[in-house]
Amino acid sequence: MVKPSFSDEIANLLHASHGNPLITCIQCGTCSGTCPAVDYMDHTPRRIIGMIRANLKDEVLNSNTFWYCASCYHCTVRCPAQIDIAETMYALKRYSIWKRVHQEGLVGPTFSETFVKTILRSGRSFEPILATSYLFSAGVRELIQEGVTATKMMLKGRLPMLPPRIKRLDNFKRMVSRVIPLEAE
Amino acid sequence: MKEYAYFPGCSLEQIGLSYNQSSVETTKVLGVELKELEDWNCCGATTYFHVDELLAYTLCARNLAMAEKDSLDLVAPCSACYKNSYFTNKHLREDPDLADHINYALEEDDLSYSGQIEVKHLMEVFYCDVGLDEIRDKVKKPLEGLKVAPYYGCQILRPKKDDEDVEQAEFFEELMSAIGAEPVPYPLKLKCCGGSLLISNRIAALSMVRNLLQNAEDNNADVIATACPMCQVNLECYQPQVNQEFGTKFQVPVVYFTQLMGLALGIRGKKLGIGKEIVAATPLEPYTT
Ligand code: SF4
Ligand code: SF4
Repeated sequence: MVKPSFSDEIANLLHASHGNPLITCIQCGTCSGTCPAVDYMDHTPRRIIGMIRANLKDEVLNSNTFWYCASCYHCTVRCPAQIDIAETMYALKRYSIWKRVHQEGLVGPTFSETFVKTILRSGRSFEPILATSYLFSAGVRELIQEGVTATKMMLKGRLPMLPPRIKRLDNFKRMVSRVIPLEAE
Repeated sequence: MKEYAYFPGCSLEQIGLSYNQSSVETTKVLGVELKELEDWNCCGATTYFHVDELLAYTLCARNLAMAEKDSLDLVAPCSACYKNSYFTNKHLREDPDLADHINYALEEDDLSYSGQIEVKHLMEVFYCDVGLDEIRDKVKKPLEGLKVAPYYGCQILRPKKDDEDVEQAEFFEELMSAIGAEPVPYPLKLKCCGGSLLISNRIAALSMVRNLLQNAEDNNADVIATACPMCQVNLECYQPQVNQEFGTKFQVPVVYFTQLMGLALGIRGKKLGIGKEIVAATPLEPYTT
């Protein structure tokens, strides 16, 4: 059996929309021109699509592009070839988490996993928990700034003291384990 | 009386408390009943889709199933909750395999979903279901002279749904005019605020916020109005950090469109959560009594 190429894998990673026609990309650069985060990416969205098509798996997985994608879908609604670039960025994030390969020093992968664990534990998300887990990986200056924002919001009654949770949490956890088997904790 | 299943979402319980208060108060006056979904769960925000797509749909499907049980359309004030719920609904309707798989998981909570309900953003309920005429009729104190930058952000419009115009939207402006406020031109109104990047790429996010604040200031807006708790927090609460990072001096109040509507409908500022801002909403003072 022939292993699917990296570009086939990525193009078909979207469960619901049954694939993404990366092959039709005409490399027009509309996506890069629209992207609000392009200045911070090591490869532009246009280039990443090109690199996926060229099966440059290692280079793609080691880029920061998809982790710096803000999921704003601006590129998606403008692409003349109907490629859903934002969903492709999501697909790359998932692929990179599954394969445990990503560029050194990125906060995104750890943060995503922490966030998901929080929801699976309680059914709801809770900003202070997220902030704390993030602070461990952030620099001191950010830490102080984050602290100032959090304290101000606490004083205005905008941050809760206790994490919220849903009522039928046991059912919820069993529901989740029918989708992805998880270790109970 | 129009009734909806109301899915406030995690942000509205906490950081976006005043969005919740003002949504509840304004809908009351407009004859819309929001019945809070009993035991709703987090929609997964953007982060869930980073990890597992199927699970992300399952989470949203649980909320849809609970609304369907009550035979009510689901309304979300948060643009992320709205987008996730809307597209889960669409995918479940179009993909029987996906629906089967997810219904199998929902059994664990004695639920099932058959795609019978619609998902709406709260602003859509005001604009389409209540309608501008009805709103104009109920305005008691038009917000005359208040210059508002209508900030749409991303997910209320994108991804594109059916044949909606995702480049030239005007419904926010029309809503603001209906309550007597003056919508100012806001060229960056559809640009992303960077909310989902705050933690993974702080500088990128802050610079996106800076551009939006600058654009509002350049167009002489008194306030920026938003329709999403994440946009609101990002634009308002991170102003001190933007100022520190870029040497700017922004002090731009950022409020919810429901707070402005509430004031125009004659509701007291306090009931709308006005006063919880980090950047004081001083331009609203003439209208808050
Ligand atoms: S906008 Fe579409 S066709 Fe153009 S470069 Fe980007 S992905 Fe390719
Ligand atoms: S969805 Fe991502 S890649 Fe596309 S324009 Fe937005 S930030 Fe850039």
